[in-house]
Amino acid sequence: MSTTALGMPTVRHGVGNIFEFEPFPEYAEKELKNEQLRANLGFATHKIRDKRAAVINELPDWQDLRTAGSMIKQKVMANLDTYLQEFEKNFTAKGGHVHWARDANEANEIALRLIREQGVTEVNKIKSMATAETGLNEFLEEHGISAIETDLAEEIVQLGEDRPSHILVPAIHRNRTEIRDIFRKKIEGVNPDLSDDPAELAEASRFRLREKFLTNKVAISGVNFGIAETGTMTIVESEGNGRMCLTLPETLITFMGIEKILPTTQDYEVFLQLLPRSSTGERMNPYTSMWTGVTPGDGPQNLHVILMDNGRTAALADQVGRQALHCIRCSACMNVCPVYERAGGHAYGSTYPGPIGAILTPQLGGIEEQYNSTLPFASSLCGACYEACPVKINIPDVLVHLRGKAVDLEKAQGEFEGGKKDRHIQMDAMMFGAKTLFTSGKLLSLATRGLPASRLITGRSHKISKLPGIVGGWTDYRDIPEPPKSSFRNDWKKERGEAPKRVGGERVDLQALIAANQGKLAEAHAKAEAANPIVKEAK
Amino acid sequence: MRVALFSTCIVDAMYPRVAQATVEILERLGHEVVFPQGQTCCSQMHANSGYFDDAYQVVKTHVQAFEEWDFDAIVAPSGSCVASLGHQQPMLAERAGDSAIAKSAADLAARSFELSQFLIDVCGITNAAEQLGSYFPGSVTYHSSCHGMRLLGLGSRQEDLIRTVEGLEYTRIEGLDQCCGFGGTFSFKNADTSGAMVADKVANIEKTGASVCTGGDASCLMNIGGALSRKGSPVQTVHFAEILASTKEKPLQVSGPVSITAGGK
Ligand code: SF4
Repeated sequence: MSTTALGMPTVRHGVGNIFEFEPFPEYAEKELKNEQLRANLGFATHKIRDKRAAVINELPDWQDLRTAGSMIKQKVMANLDTYLQEFEKNFTAKGGHVHWARDANEANEIALRLIREQGVTEVNKIKSMATAETGLNEFLEEHGISAIETDLAEEIVQLGEDRPSHILVPAIHRNRTEIRDIFRKKIEGVNPDLSDDPAELAEASRFRLREKFLTNKVAISGVNFGIAETGTMTIVESEGNGRMCLTLPETLITFMGIEKILPTTQDYEVFLQLLPRSSTGERMNPYTSMWTGVTPGDGPQNLHVILMDNGRTAALADQVGRQALHCIRCSACMNVCPVYERAGGHAYGSTYPGPIGAILTPQLGGIEEQYNSTLPFASSLCGACYEACPVKINIPDVLVHLRGKAVDLEKAQGEFEGGKKDRHIQMDAMMFGAKTLFTSGKLLSLATRGLPASRLITGRSHKISKLPGIVGGWTDYRDIPEPPKSSFRNDWKKERGEAPKRVGGERVDLQALIAANQGKLAEAHAKAEAANPIVKEAK
Repeated sequence: MRVALFSTCIVDAMYPRVAQATVEILERLGHEVVFPQGQTCCSQMHANSGYFDDAYQVVKTHVQAFEEWDFDAIVAPSGSCVASLGHQQPMLAERAGDSAIAKSAADLAARSFELSQFLIDVCGITNAAEQLGSYFPGSVTYHSSCHGMRLLGLGSRQEDLIRTVEGLEYTRIEGLDQCCGFGGTFSFKNADTSGAMVADKVANIEKTGASVCTGGDASCLMNIGGALSRKGSPVQTVHFAEILASTKEKPLQVSGPVSITAGGK
C-alpha cells in the first residue's frame, strides 16, 4: 500500500434512480393535469392520514416515542463506523457474508455475481427501496436475469411497465380497471374474463406468485433495520410475500443502505411502535420477520448482505442535512404533504418522492446534478411533514438549508433552475431589490410613498390580474389587490410623529405574566365553545 | 405596558388597516404603542428563498431597529413572521458569523408575540366581546396559517378569540390545517401546484357558506383573497385583528373586492 497525503476526502455522490430529470415545477404541471392520478392520490392519502391520526392519538407517549426514535438515529449516525463493523462481525459470525458497495453500480454488480454463482435466470424479490434506488431490476434484465416483484402493488407496477409513485403504495396512481387490464394482458393462463373485483385480482396475483415462490432458488430483499448487536435483520410487511421470499429460497441476498443500522434489539422496540402506525396506520403490521444468520436445514443456507453507501456518506457530512438519513421510509410525510397530494410521486423523479425525496435525492445524488436543485423548492414549507415524521426529521429546515446551497451553487454556475438564466436574473434582481428596501426603514418609507402610483396599473377593476415574468405564476391563479393609498409607516409618521425613544423605569416581567395566565387558553377555548360551538365541520 | 408594533412588511405596504386594527386593540387595553421606524421585514422572504447572505442583512436591520427602542414587548399581526424571528433569525446571524446579532435576535424574539398569543397569554383575554368590545355581525370562517400553527404552536388561540366576538356566526372549514398554497416564493416558482392548493382551499371556504374568511396572516389571506377574486366569489378576506377591532360604535365595513376598511379609521 502506498502512502498518500491525507487531505479532505472527496465527496462521493451516488448513482442510480436518485435524480430529477426535469425541473419539478414543469413535471408537476403535467402531472396536475392527470385527473385520475389526482383523484386516486387525494382519496388514498386522506384515508391513510385519518387512519394514522387515529392510531397515533390513542398513544399517550407518542411524542416521547418520536424523541426516542430521533435520538437513537442520532446516536447511530454519530457512531456509524463502529456500528457497521459490529454488524459485519456478528452477521459473519453467524454464517452470513457481508459485501460493501460504494455505490449503486457496485451493489448491482455484486448481486449479479452472486446470482450467477447459483446458475439461475429468475429471482424473486421483496418490495425494496434500496433496489429501486440502484435500478436492480433493469440491470439484471440487461444481463438476462428476470427479477419477479412479489409485492402486489410492485407486481402491478412491474407488469404495467411503469414506475412506482409512492414508496408504500407504489401503484397508488392505478385504479382497479387499469389493474385488471394489466393482469389480463400480462399474466399467463389468467382467466380472460377476470373482473376488477379486488378479491379476484388478488387471487390472480396469488396464482402467479405461488409458483414462483416454490420454484425460484434465489430471492432478493431490502431490509427495514439491521441490528448491530446481533447481526439480525428484519422486515415489516403486510402481505406475507416477504416472509415467503425470506424463508423459501436457498440463497437470500439483502440490499441494505448503511444508515439502516440499529445498535441493539431493545432499540427495535421503539421503531416497531413508530413504523406501522406511521406507515399503514395500523397498530402492528401483519408480518414481522427477523433473521439471524444461517440455521442448518431451516431457511436460506446461503446468506448475503450488500451494505451500500451510494451518497449516504456525503449526506452524513452535512450537519443540517444528515438527519435525512434517519428516515425509516414510513411515507407519513408524503401522505400529509399538500404538494405530493397534488403533484404525485413521479414529479420528484427519484425513487424517493414527497418531502423526504425533496431532501434526500439532492443529498444522495448531488444537488448540482440534473434538476435535483429544483426539489428543495417543491414545498410551501407548511411543516405538515415534520409534524408527522416519526423520527422528527425537520424537513422544512433541511429544505431551506438546501435552498441556500442551491442558490449558492446557481450563483456560482450562473444558472438557475436548469439553465433558465432569465429566471435566475429575475429572481436575483427581485431579491436584491427587496434586500435594498428591507435593510433601510427610510428607503422603505420612500418606496411605499410610491404605492399610489402602483394603483395606476390596477385600473378600474381595482386589482391586478396579469403580471409579467416569474411572478406571472401568481396572476395565473389569483388577482392582486390594489395597493393602499399610503403605507402604514407613512401614515403613522404623519399622524403620530416620532414618539420619545426611551422611557425610564422597569420593564414588565413578561414571564411572570405568562405564568399567571397559564389557564387562560383553556378558559378562552371554553368560552368560544359556549359562544360559537363547532357542531361539525362543514362537509 | 409599552408595546412596539412590528407591522410586518406585507401589512405595512399592502394592508395598513391590519396594523391600524392591531394598534386599536392594544390601545383599547391601555397599552402604549410605539412604531420603531427603522423596521422592515422579518427576513423570511430571503431566507426561505435560499438567499441567506441577504437575509442576514435584513435580520441585522430588524435587530438594530428594535434595539434602539425601549419597550416591554413586540407584537405583530402575523404568526409566520413572529415564528421566523425565533426560528430563523438567530440561525441566519450565526451562519454569517455574527453571534452578537444572533444573541440580540434571540432576546428580541423572546419578547415578541403574535397578536392572539399576546392577548391570551400576556393580557389574559378570554372573551373578545366582553373584554375588547368586539362586535361583528356576519358569518365567518377561518384559515389557520401553517407557520403560526406548527412553528409557533398557536393552537386554537386565534379561532377561540374569533368565536367569542359578539354577533359573529362561525363555521369551521373542512381541512382547517391544510396549507393554502402560499409559501412565499413557492406561489410563483411552483405556480401550478400552489394554484391547485389554493383552489381546494377556496372550494372548502365556499362550502361553509360564510361571507368572510378570516385568518392571522395577511400573506395567506392575500393568496386566498386573490383566488376568491379571480373566481368571482363574493367571499371576502379579513384579518382577524380587523374583526377584533370592530365594535358596535365603529363596525368593520366589508364591502367591495378590495376597499375593506377597518373600524375606527
Ligand atoms: S422522512 Fe419521516 S415521515 Fe417521511 S418517510 Fe421518512 S421517516 Fe417517514
